[in-house]
Amino acid sequence: MTSVTEEKDREVATTAEPTARRVFTFNDYMMFGAILLFGILGPILFPNYTFQIAVLWLMVLFAQTWDVMGGQMGYNSLGNIFFFGAGMYICAVTQIGLFTDVGAYTSPSDPGTFNFTPDQYYIGVAVGLVFAAIGSALLAAVLGWIVFGLRGPYFAIGTLGIALAAGELIGAWEWVGAGSGFPIPVYPGSGDGKSLFYYALCFGAAIATFLFLKWLYSTRFGLAINAIRDDEEKAEAMGIHTMRHKTAAWMISAFFLGISGGLFGNMTGFIEPLEVAFPVATFGIFMVAMALLGGKGTIWGPVLGAILFHILKEATWIYFLGWQWVALGVIIIINIVFFQQGIVGWLQERYPHWFGIEVEARSPGAKEAAE
Amino acid sequence: MSNLIEVRNVSKAFGGVVANDSISIDVPEGQITGLIGPNGSGKTTLFNSIVGYHPIDSGSIRFKGEEISNYKVQQIARLGMLRTFQQTRIYANMNCIDNMLISVPHRNATFFDMFKPYPHELYDKAESLLEFVGLYTKRKLPSGDLSFGQQKLLEFAMALMNEPEVLLLDEPTAGINPTLINGLIDRLKRANTEFGITLFVIEHNMRVIMNMADTIYCLAHGELLASGKPADIQNDQRVIDAYLGAH
Amino acid sequence: MLDNLNLLVIAPFLNVQLLLDGLFIGAIFALAAYGLALVWGVMNVKNLCQGEFVIMGGYFAWYIGDMGIHPMFAMPVAIVGMFAFGWATYKIMIARVVEKDMFTSLLATFGLAIVIQQGLNLAFGPEVQVADSGFPTRSFDLLGGSITVAEIKFYSFLICCFLATAVVAFMKLSRMGQAIRATAQDVRAAKVMGIDTEQVFAFTYALNAAICAAAGVLISMIWVIQPFYGITHSIRSFVIVTAAGFGNLAGVIMAALGLGVAEQYGGFVFGAEMQQVTVVGMLLLVLIWRQVQMSRYRQAVQ
Ligand SMILES: Nc1ncnc2c1ncn2[C@@H]1O[C@H](COP(=O)(O)OP(=O)(O)OP(=O)(O)O)[C@@H](O)[C@H]1O
Ligand SMILES: [Mg+2]
Repeated sequence: MTSVTEEKDREVATTAEPTARRVFTFNDYMMFGAILLFGILGPILFPNYTFQIAVLWLMVLFAQTWDVMGGQMGYNSLGNIFFFGAGMYICAVTQIGLFTDVGAYTSPSDPGTFNFTPDQYYIGVAVGLVFAAIGSALLAAVLGWIVFGLRGPYFAIGTLGIALAAGELIGAWEWVGAGSGFPIPVYPGSGDGKSLFYYALCFGAAIATFLFLKWLYSTRFGLAINAIRDDEEKAEAMGIHTMRHKTAAWMISAFFLGISGGLFGNMTGFIEPLEVAFPVATFGIFMVAMALLGGKGTIWGPVLGAILFHILKEATWIYFLGWQWVALGVIIIINIVFFQQGIVGWLQERYPHWFGIEVEARSPGAKEAAE
Repeated sequence: MSNLIEVRNVSKAFGGVVANDSISIDVPEGQITGLIGPNGSGKTTLFNSIVGYHPIDSGSIRFKGEEISNYKVQQIARLGMLRTFQQTRIYANMNCIDNMLISVPHRNATFFDMFKPYPHELYDKAESLLEFVGLYTKRKLPSGDLSFGQQKLLEFAMALMNEPEVLLLDEPTAGINPTLINGLIDRLKRANTEFGITLFVIEHNMRVIMNMADTIYCLAHGELLASGKPADIQNDQRVIDAYLGAH
Repeated sequence: MLDNLNLLVIAPFLNVQLLLDGLFIGAIFALAAYGLALVWGVMNVKNLCQGEFVIMGGYFAWYIGDMGIHPMFAMPVAIVGMFAFGWATYKIMIARVVEKDMFTSLLATFGLAIVIQQGLNLAFGPEVQVADSGFPTRSFDLLGGSITVAEIKFYSFLICCFLATAVVAFMKLSRMGQAIRATAQDVRAAKVMGIDTEQVFAFTYALNAAICAAAGVLISMIWVIQPFYGITHSIRSFVIVTAAGFGNLAGVIMAALGLGVAEQYGGFVFGAEMQQVTVVGMLLLVLIWRQVQMSRYRQAVQ
């Protein structure tokens, strides 16, 4: 009897699951459509909030890239903000350095005196973003070599240390304006034009990140980093190239974070190390909180978490003005202490079948079948 | 018939505890070799030394003639020597199929292989191996939801998925329902004969190991006490004393 | 930078000055680090708001000094106040993360750190503050130069020694101290033996906050405090505990004094703005060193 049901099961399985894992499901298309719609209509319907919505997309990117390491691979970094700042500085220095002397441009006595032509500006931004992405990824490879022998809390503290050190070191580096920072080349056009330009880039970067990760998790890579999360020693014992996967995962995070840093630097127009480029205690911790709020280790969790968190954040600004940072900290604590699995994680526990997760059938036949 | 694994005078101490004292063991290709001994006699420690889990204090370990005592766990695993754990280890948040898929051999994996999808054949292979160990109907369950015995079977199937040349099994029947043990013995033997995998098995269940192994080594207090055919070991007074003395 | 190095060679008395300052400040680091070692060892909580507790203690002293009372009198107030604060924090928050994985406690306490920083910023403003002890600074001649020692640094050193001895005696002699040490050995066994581990955890966490507060009072008098300076103190505690291990009081003291001296030298050689970098640099160095150490056993640092 057992073998008959198994035969049947097999047939069903082979017809229902024709190819390797599917990248997109119906739910994904729905969600994706909604986000696309909001992304395009957002700046049209709320033109005054273009900047805010652009930052929202960067937040989505933050949460997703943090989740590659923290959620999917089990390496909880507190210092991913480092790549944001690194990307910002690399992009800015490239934009300036292509056409004039960086040291002179950033000198605190008279910063930002060079006039960029529109062509120079756009070439600078394009090349700068490419360099920011690649440079950040390379930095991740180098740093990974230093910190990947650390696990759990040591990894978290070590990466936090890297981000803190970066802020301080840049703050002492005259050539990039040291602690007082420097202005970014000015956008050659109207303020509205600038917001739309960067809005499009931010939105594009978030979407590109999402699609890339969605694809990535459908390849062997996704399973391998999940294996490292569940039991790294076992993964090693099975011969998985753990170091290679860890390095690649961090480089991918850093690649997109580098782009986001380059974009954000240009959007704010002025960069300096502690508040803008390496804000460990704000953006740095937000990325973690957002991924946790939405549900770490899931594809939609970080996206939803980022959107919800951003709304909460804006709400605290409106309702707790003056106390907004305290309120935000309290929200983060409540999230971590009481609602750890996050929205999508909670849904997965309640309605596993929505996510294609099977649970033990409680029918009496199930036990026998196993034997 | 050559020896796949040759252990020579391997010693390993933890602080003052000498877990392995100058152990020499051969694992011949194509056979099933057993390793027995009372609790704490150093069996798992020897496994750990062989697969590179920790550095050894002295001695030499060769795999197909290649000195491996300085290699790391992953390198040794990629050479084709795999182990299962006494405290079963699987990827608990992933379902059984995924556990199997990620266990494919990584011997010749290039950098870009990381980003390839899994082909059809691997799904088929994963499913047929799960069927082989009797877990087919559970294939889509998160493996953490399986019982301890089922996890043990899954770990065995994962090891087979990796197509090793030699498989080191640390107490494969511990925690398995007695009525299923005969089936498991049968599967282990088939893994040996059909898939051509050399087995090196730690086992406390005498019936199982006597039934299965071609050669048996017995450890006691970190030292090699006796070795030989199952029948000889069964009647060896020193082995009997060691087991009785341990209780 | 080379100039400064050269200066150290031609003016040996500067070394004495740096050493002394390093030891004075390092003794205070040892207090906070010991507190961290305590909560880490007993309840496996990586307390990332360690530095914020220190800074809170410092504001007690500054506030009382501001009212015209000598800041030293803040010591008992800060210890009692922060003990209560630590107890409440444990009951409200930490109790719920003790059993969870380690990243949870790390992150939750980081969240608390942000709340405290921002709260202090709202209450006292972002200015750098010093609690003025009013003690004179003395100088004496040695090795061909004049060495200055503020008297308060010397007193603070004595207080550190006294507090450390008191805590150690408490751990050895009192019932609660023994219960804490038993729990650190094995929580389950302690429970079986009838120890109320919940109580022990709460007490340990509160004691840690109190120790930090005492350290903070001293810091505010011999150095400076500011709402956002806490994170560096947290990092210092982590450096010390990671270097020394948490079961090892002598190690913690040595590492703390070493860090104090290293920081003084770092600040002197590379410039004062590099003092923070020195701390974080030490953290990375210690972590790398631990990895090299563990890789000899083919293990990761965890
Ligand atoms: N990592 C370790 N650190 C310290 N001592 C260890 C370590 N691993 C093993 N030992 C000690 O080495 C000795 C041998 O242990 P081992 O696990 O090899 O025994 P075993 O033969 O596998 O026992 P069992 O049949 O119970 O599994 C024991 O005394 C054990 O306490
Ligand atoms: Mg064992």
